[in-house]
Amino acid sequence: MPVLEIKNVSKQFGGLMALNNISFQVETGEIRGLIGPNGAGKSTMFKNIAGFYATTKGEIVYQGQNISGHKPHAIAEMGIVRTFQETTLFQELTVFENVLVGCHIQARSNLFSAIFKLDKPRQNIARDQVLEVLEFMGLSERQEQLASELPLGSQRALAMSIALASKPKLMLMDEPFAGMNPEETLHMMELTRKVQESGMTIILVEHDMKAVMGLCDYLTVLNFGQLLAEGTPAEIRNNDKVIEAYLGGSK
Amino acid sequence: MNSNTQKIVGGSLLLAALIALPHFLKFHHQDLLIFLTINVLAVSSYRIVTLTGEWSLIHAVMMGVGGYTAALLFKYYEVGMWVTLPMAGILTAAVAALLCFPLFRTTQFYFLIGSFAAGEAIRLIWIQFVFPFGGTGGLSGVEPPMVGEIDFMESIPYYYLALSVVLLCLFILYLIENSRIGLTLHAVHWKAALAESVGVDTWRYRSLAFVIGSFFVGIAGALKVHYLGTITPNQFGVGFMVFILIWVIVGGYNKFYGPILGAVVLTLFDESIRGFAEVRPAIYGAVLILSILFLPLGLESIPSKFKAWSGIGKERDPLSLTDK
Repeated sequence: MPVLEIKNVSKQFGGLMALNNISFQVETGEIRGLIGPNGAGKSTMFKNIAGFYATTKGEIVYQGQNISGHKPHAIAEMGIVRTFQETTLFQELTVFENVLVGCHIQARSNLFSAIFKLDKPRQNIARDQVLEVLEFMGLSERQEQLASELPLGSQRALAMSIALASKPKLMLMDEPFAGMNPEETLHMMELTRKVQESGMTIILVEHDMKAVMGLCDYLTVLNFGQLLAEGTPAEIRNNDKVIEAYLGGSK
Repeated sequence: MNSNTQKIVGGSLLLAALIALPHFLKFHHQDLLIFLTINVLAVSSYRIVTLTGEWSLIHAVMMGVGGYTAALLFKYYEVGMWVTLPMAGILTAAVAALLCFPLFRTTQFYFLIGSFAAGEAIRLIWIQFVFPFGGTGGLSGVEPPMVGEIDFMESIPYYYLALSVVLLCLFILYLIENSRIGLTLHAVHWKAALAESVGVDTWRYRSLAFVIGSFFVGIAGALKVHYLGTITPNQFGVGFMVFILIWVIVGGYNKFYGPILGAVVLTLFDESIRGFAEVRPAIYGAVLILSILFLPLGLESIPSKFKAWSGIGKERDPLSLTDK
């Protein structure tokens, strides 16, 4: 059963068609790669799914419900969470606090219970959950450090931990391997697979083809806002249209 | 001695000093002490608004909303201060809640300008509607309560009253800042998009901070009007707003006590140069420029700077949510 259905989605910025009538489906539990040359519309697609952009036309159906036009926080509450390009973290907070913010949906409290500390049981549960996520992602040792002090690989792992803490069902990862050395990439791939095994569906936008081919179950290729091809990594690798789009050659 | 006992001992010493203080002061200085106490609440309540990263220019006017609420309730409904004080907070919070709808459609600079415009609109209402607000002359004859033998018209009893109310309010503000809500406000400040992506409704949290700040500054306004006895639109104009900003910036807005420190130190400093009437504004201005140039993080950053120089410990802004 598809967890996410993109139905004829278009996104227009003034005269520019950033996404043109795109449809595809993402199955529960898979790692889906969304690839394409620069400017293909991958990030725009992400922002549409996560509610940061409103779609111009079409529907985004998540678990049978049309979510296009919902606000980002509402979409997060339904179980879709995104990570950002580069290292978007709360740099001024510790690793622990970063992940604690991620528990917002389960741990938020109202003014009254915050003042009188009636939310203590819930906050304790959140704390335990943070420790669990940090353990899972291998960041336990670093929980007291400021996010800004972490090496790049750990920062990405932290970004993923924040997302995980919100207990999503679908995770959108925007260029999780960008700027990493091969070792860090391998480690991050392992973590991503570990997250998938815990029952998560993952969609990722990525330029590192080696990582994409090694990690994704299925690929969706965009080019100039159009859907170019879909298939398994092996199929995509041998797809003439895709090769042409990437190498820019004409036959 | 562990840090908790240190805190308790330090706190009780401070409290004892605050209680003893007015008895060592001349009448004029007792007055000043009361206004300072009230202004401390004004700057601390402003801090919770700035926690989300949004700086408003309406805080002084919100203090006026509280003041006018108290004055009007006292004059037209003849209710005492025990009613006007909480009502001032509640009504100011309600006005703030209404203002959230237009104001928080914007952020940053646009919010700053929007809040200024909204504040001026409120002030113009006070000036234009002579009934009930009294126009430019404002309202007068607002009295503090009498309880048995204690006349709160006197400086020292009123100081104790204001001090208790302000300390209670500061305590609540401190609890809020160190709760889950405080953490979320920080998150909204530093990376609003990331906060949204994990389900934080940033609009709601910005509004919440604004409403809480307005509630407490409304109470400060009521405390002021009951002591002064009069209220005019000009008390809450841009001039006073600039003072709030200066106190917060010079004191430092990264820690809870920063703005309080700013208000106290600058008030003392202003008082100490009272003898040099002609050059007083120039000295005051020079000190501001110097402190912003050399202490951009405010007075509260002095101890940590000192620590960094002497190599005692690494600077880190502790959100006490993580110390268990």
